[in-house]
This record gives sequence, C-alpha cells and structure tokens, in this order.
Amino acid sequence: MSLPDESLLIGEIFEEGPAVSVNELTRMFAVEERRIVEWVEEGVISVLEADATEWRFSGAQLRRARIALRLERDLGLNAAGVALVLELLEELEQFRRERRSGRS
Amino acid sequence: MEFKDYYKVMGVARDATEAQIKQAYRKLARKYHPDVSKEPDAEARFKEVGEAYEVLKSPEKRAAYDRLGSGPRPGEEFRPPPDFGSGFEFSGAGPSGGGADYSDFFESLFGRAGAGRGGRHHFDTGRGEDHHAKIMLDLEAALHGGSRSFTLRVPELDAEGRLAMHERVLNVQIPKGILPGQTIRLAGQGSRGHEAAGQPASAAGDLYIEVEFQPHPLYRIDGRDLYLDLPVTPWEAALGASIKTPTPGGVVDLKIPAGSHAGTKLRLKGRGMPATPAGDFYVVLQIALPPAADEKAKAAYRTMADAMPFNPRASLGV
Repeated sequence: MSLPDESLLIGEIFEEGPAVSVNELTRMFAVEERRIVEWVEEGVISVLEADATEWRFSGAQLRRARIALRLERDLGLNAAGVALVLELLEELEQFRRERRSGRS
Repeated sequence: MEFKDYYKVMGVARDATEAQIKQAYRKLARKYHPDVSKEPDAEARFKEVGEAYEVLKSPEKRAAYDRLGSGPRPGEEFRPPPDFGSGFEFSGAGPSGGGADYSDFFESLFGRAGAGRGGRHHFDTGRGEDHHAKIMLDLEAALHGGSRSFTLRVPELDAEGRLAMHERVLNVQIPKGILPGQTIRLAGQGSRGHEAAGQPASAAGDLYIEVEFQPHPLYRIDGRDLYLDLPVTPWEAALGASIKTPTPGGVVDLKIPAGSHAGTKLRLKGRGMPATPAGDFYVVLQIALPPAADEKAKAAYRTMADAMPFNPRASLGV
C-alpha cells in the first residue's frame, strides 16, 4: 500500500500537444509497430502527411487508437472491423447531431 | 458479501459449453461495450459481464466456482469456503472486460492476482510503462479549470512479482477547456523506471487520463459547442422579448427576435467551451404552453382562436 499522493498534478491536454511518432504510440499502448502499421493500412488511424518519411499522428488519432485497442480485445474484432465500427459510430453521431438540432 | 451468479449474468445454463459461453459474452459485450453502447448503465453492465466471462471461460476458475453451488439461501451472507480454490491452478490469461476492476466477490475467490496480466508486449528499454485511466468529469471543471481528486485502482507488481491492486488518490489540475474524449497527460506518473540490460535506470512512464463528462443538468455538449434548451412563452417567441438566460459565464439578457418558433437556435459566439478556438453557446427555444387553468385563461385562448385563424396542419393536407 502506498500513501495517497496529495500533491497537485499539473497535466497538459495531450490532443493539443505536438504530433506523435510511431514510437511514441507503440510505447503509449504497449503494442508492436506492426499493429500501428496495420491500423494505418486499414484506416483505423490516419497519418498527418502520407508521403512523409516518418509517420506523425495528430493527438486526435489517440482516441481512435484507444477505442481500437479496446474493441479488438473485448469484441475480438480485427483492424478492418474496428475501422468499420469507427466509421459507423461517426455516422451515428452525425445523425444524432442533426436530429438534435431539429434541421429547422 | 453479495454472491454473484455468473451464469445468470451471462444468461447461459450451468452446463453451457465453452463455445456457448464465448458466444454469450460476445453478444453482451457488443451490447454493453462503453465505446459503442448508449445504454445508460453500459459501463457497469460491461464490467459485470467481463468479470463473469473471466471466471467462466477458464476451466480451472469455472470448476472452482461451480463447487460453490448456486449460492447461499436468500438472506444468508456469502463467505468463501476456507478451502476454496485449493487444488486448482489459476493461470493468468489477460483480463477481458473493463480492465482489472473486479467485484469484492471475485476478489474474495480468486484474489486480486486472479485477474492475471494482459498479454501486452513491450520492448524493455528500462523506461517505466505508461498507464491509462478514465475519469468522469463535471462540466464546471472543464469550463472554469480547477483541481479535482480522483481515486484510481492501480495494478502493481510487488517485490515477489505478484499482482496487487492499490488505490491511488490523484489531485489533478484540470486544464480549462478540455473536451470529452480528450486526454490529460501526466508526465512521469506511470510506472517507475527500472534498470534494463546495459542501461541505467531510466525515466518513469506517463499516465494518460481519458476524460468523459457527467451529464449536466442544463447544458449539452457537442464538440466544443454547448447547447441549452430554453423554454419561452408563445408571446415571447411571437413578439420578441429580452429574457434572462443562464450561460456558463453567468446569467445574461438574451434578445429573442420576434417571429421565433420552437427549435429556433440563437448563437452566442465564443461562449461555449473555453477551448482554443472557443466554442459557441447555442440557445434552442422551446415553446412552453401556459395551461388553460381558469376561466380567464380559457377566454384568452378563445380570443386567440377567433383572432388568428391558423392551421398548423396545412402542410399535411388536412
């Protein structure tokens, strides 16, 4: 048992920070590089500049990677399945938004 | 302690096959997975299902659990028998479900170590592992900044390499303007670094906190914009009015243009989430109908009916 840490921790909003590299992603999620490559190939996450020599990812991709990791683990989906789910979730969200604003 | 009927949770018979159990788990996981489900209690249900699956999918754990029978009689406290689990070896398959957050019932049977470790692979550089957590935040914290305390349950390997959970209280300064789905990164708050082959002890990992918001009694958040449903009277909408409206920055006088109707959206630019760039604040008008509670009110409605021949169903062709 460790003592509660009462000191105030100051964090930063990750999504607003600089773009991250493949290396940083593998470390964050404890996955191998080929998993990241697969995610990019299947459209789960996208790189900032496709023809850059080194892949960089915007912070917004973090959420997609996190959902991918959970869906692969919990629902037994593969990367292609996750990409489809993410697309459908986005459409659903768009649909809900339009319905809420009443299209008036 | 409450006895948990894992077969009931999974909706399978006590003699269900492994394949049937897996099938039931997948079905429930698709329904309650917090990333895809809009069920109000999705997170709690998903954890429950994950825990049941953790036990039933493992032949050893299932056999040990089955020896308990179908639980105590109603009104009787459940206590694990002293010899529980003896003669069974629990191998650590990775936790399914919502992470290693199990009920007291589960932990009394299988111990905290019973949850096992995920089959995660990482290259040992000596740097401590990054950790991930998720918190529910109140909208006010994101609107105005400020600090909040959270209790996280953290699995950690002790000196003998056993997995143990401990509670960790974090006092975090919430970055003003953070949005749902964003992440607070706390540098150096993950696992401590250790010495790896040929390298000195290196830096600790980071802690990534995924932020979701609790529902707010007044405001709805959409991206960086905030929405408020504002009830107005029919005459305020028809004739225009200046009315008091709550906004995140305090009460303001809002001008309702004449000829407004239900669903009219009024935008207060830059008064949404204080992100960069700032979001907008939208007021969506709802027409509240005064009740025809007494003779005077009824007379007023009749006068309106006489004065304004109005068919709201004209577009329906009737």
